[in-house]
Amino acid sequence: METAAVPPQAATTQTRHMFLNMGPSHPAMHGIIQLVVELDGERVVNADEEIGYLHRAFEKDCEEGPYNNAIPYVDRLNYVSPLINNFGYCLAVERLLDIQATERCQYIRVIMSELSRITDHLTCIGASAMELGAFTVFLYMIKAREWLWELVESVTGARLTISYGRVGGAKADLPSGFAERTRKVLEEVRGVLLECDTLLTRNRIFMDRMQGTGVISKERALSYGITGPFLRGSGVALDVRKATPYFVYDRLQFDVPTGEHGDNYDRYLVRMEEMEQSMRIVEQALNQMPPGPLNVDQEGKVLPADVMVDEAKMGRVAGFKQVLVRLDPTLEGSTRGFHAAVNAREKRAVLPPKEDTYGNIEGLMHHFKLIMHGHGIRPARGEYYSAVEGANGELGFYVISNGAERPYRVRVRPPCFTIMAALPELIRGGLVADIVPTFGSINMIGGELDR
Amino acid sequence: MLQRDALLEVARTLKDDPAFAFDLLMDLCGVDYLTFERMRTSSPTLATPSPLPYYMKPKPVREAWERLPAAPGAAQAGGVSHETHRFDVVYHLYSTGQNRRLRVKVPVPAADPIVDSVTGLWRCADWFEREVWDMFGIRFAGHPHLRRILLYEEFQGHPLRKDYPVNKRQPLVGPVN
Repeated sequence: METAAVPPQAATTQTRHMFLNMGPSHPAMHGIIQLVVELDGERVVNADEEIGYLHRAFEKDCEEGPYNNAIPYVDRLNYVSPLINNFGYCLAVERLLDIQATERCQYIRVIMSELSRITDHLTCIGASAMELGAFTVFLYMIKAREWLWELVESVTGARLTISYGRVGGAKADLPSGFAERTRKVLEEVRGVLLECDTLLTRNRIFMDRMQGTGVISKERALSYGITGPFLRGSGVALDVRKATPYFVYDRLQFDVPTGEHGDNYDRYLVRMEEMEQSMRIVEQALNQMPPGPLNVDQEGKVLPADVMVDEAKMGRVAGFKQVLVRLDPTLEGSTRGFHAAVNAREKRAVLPPKEDTYGNIEGLMHHFKLIMHGHGIRPARGEYYSAVEGANGELGFYVISNGAERPYRVRVRPPCFTIMAALPELIRGGLVADIVPTFGSINMIGGELDR
Repeated sequence: MLQRDALLEVARTLKDDPAFAFDLLMDLCGVDYLTFERMRTSSPTLATPSPLPYYMKPKPVREAWERLPAAPGAAQAGGVSHETHRFDVVYHLYSTGQNRRLRVKVPVPAADPIVDSVTGLWRCADWFEREVWDMFGIRFAGHPHLRRILLYEEFQGHPLRKDYPVNKRQPLVGPVN
């Protein structure tokens, strides 16, 4: 076969940029973004991103149902720290209604948010370390995350799809013995963090991969609207928990760690320190938390919920208010006494305890007015932008009400959306291999990025 | 509330004037007010004059947002209604130095949904504006590459508009290449 003659000079001197597709089915792209990079040899000249692979019309769906229907959807926004999303949304609606959760509930929200922050950071660091070859760290950190998720499971009944927040409160109080178990788990997590710190922080390979890569200056980061650990890695001590304290963060002592160089390594250090600070917050909150009715003793009068429903159908409701009902084995704190401790006394928004719904007409009507079609929470006309510090940065919920039982508009300000917009700039000029640690330090969460 | 032809000038002042120094554009989103005045149910609402249960009395919403001293070109809400201006483009600004937040709204008429782009001031407006175009079909003059971001190019319509049915089906598209 005859081949076309190629001038020898052209074959040796002519160079062309190569286009490389990374993702969506690339292990380091987590399966949900596509990165098209223009390469000059190993150097990244330019990059373009394609997102939206996980778009689920979250904002449209929120408009289609009552306020409470959005709570399961917000779980899925950030699937490594769903509790923060839950409480963030509830807080926005509460502010719209101008109600406040009870003090105990606020402490519970702080504790659960901080535990979620630790799980989020553990996942982020563990996964990005694994992508750099440090598989041991990944296993250690996921082990620690598992302990924390067991705590979450004991409180909410689920590991990930928790739906624990409620407008005006929470689904249930903490189970008995939670404080002791948490303290024990935190000790063990500290041990794991120490091990991982030994494995990573002074590790030559890890430092070489992380230091000086993915650098972004303070000014550029602000211009890109970046918040959270990513911005703090660039040296801006901005934290919603400090700047505009919500829940009871103003009563708790904690520091906001910042980096200097704005590179991947500083962001790693910031996240490691934030986990320590989160544990500090949890321990303080456990000590300060006002006690709940943990001593409800009914001497064998525990009645399963299904039996109670049957009894109520036959009209045998006398004395129900005194009976402790076991509604769900995973949610010890959902019975009446606990319910009052963690939920605001606000009939506009908070569901009655199940005993009241089953046991008396006022409770049934109250339940009806909030649950049935055409009824529900109805904030007055208005709008509120409420921000909480998510694990990735400022998580804002902008809720607009037109006075109906459905939110007119729910806008989520997703923290990693702005960071992802900066990714082309972060990787430009670097090597292909640097894309992986940089992308890892963004902690891209498809659920909130694509909504 | 701002008139849209004053947006760029006011935004520049808000960002660069040390008295404001809103260096962070936290959020940029659109709102479609098409059905704002309409209720989707026939049950009594807060707007109906009939007596309501005691727990449904409307409470005044606390005003937590500081009002800005009248900036040059700032328009009051008078003369702008949801009938003439169907959309709002909403900017949430934050000043790291002064720890202040500001919400700026720019009403946009449905017939000519176009607003000046603020990508020159805040880089993050790039993706936010693409999202607003994607979801509401509001165009941004001066945006470097205004294309869809969360949805695909062949998508028909703008789904967060209130007249887009939630269960609307889209035609299937073949592989791109």
